[in-house]
Amino acid sequence: MLPLLFYFAAAIAVGTAISVVLSRNAVYSAILLVACFFSLALIYLLLEAYFLAVLEIFIYAGAIMVLFLFVIMLLNLGQEKAQEHFRYLQRGLSLFLVIVFFLGVSLILLSDSSVLHQSHETFSAGGVKVLGEALFTKYLLPFEVASLLLLVALIGTVYLAKQKI
Amino acid sequence: MIVPLEHVVALSLAIFSAGVAGVLFRRNAITIFMSIELMLNAVNLALVGFSRYYNSVDGQVFVFLVMTLAAAEVAVGLAIIIAVYRNRQTVNIDEINLMKN
Repeated sequence: MLPLLFYFAAAIAVGTAISVVLSRNAVYSAILLVACFFSLALIYLLLEAYFLAVLEIFIYAGAIMVLFLFVIMLLNLGQEKAQEHFRYLQRGLSLFLVIVFFLGVSLILLSDSSVLHQSHETFSAGGVKVLGEALFTKYLLPFEVASLLLLVALIGTVYLAKQKI
Repeated sequence: MIVPLEHVVALSLAIFSAGVAGVLFRRNAITIFMSIELMLNAVNLALVGFSRYYNSVDGQVFVFLVMTLAAAEVAVGLAIIIAVYRNRQTVNIDEINLMKN
């Protein structure tokens, strides 16, 4: 039952991810991206990362996508204009590169799976307690640097949002 | 683990490829930005999968930091897009090809 749920969520995630790229309307892309984040949160739940599943919805679906939608509506971006001249070379080359990337990594993944042994049956690191302990002991410095990063981003955003740059 | 690790990594690869395709295909700066978010999420998924596989919390700490980074990146990036739009009245990256004016 649970594996089926995983594949169901995975299908939705891949489908919405491809639709985000293919959709011409930026608002549709944003909504589809929210759906993709929700299915990823479900997958995190199935992988027993409970706290990260909540964070995924709070931060990505809540904060980041609201910011995206706000900017899309602020800039009044409707339908993307169909391009007058199709750049066949650019598109063909892009498609070729994506397929080469996908097939290349798939080949590596398929060919060398012998290194993977059986995974642990029980998992004890999914809750907020274990994650909090790791953040405040082993990873204290990266945690503090992350707060510095947020401060720098805050100052940079305020500066960029001024009328005259 | 309910599914083999390979399946999680394959899903991560598929989402990452969709993000790469978005960056390469789309000409709208905001859609490109959303594709970058897709790629960050694909990497997060791989990290969560490996964290579950090795029964270790380290991968989840990295996901936590990546989420922080994504929030900061979105704030700055959208501010840049708004500033560019204010100056050029467009977010089509084919038309934004000068460093000045």
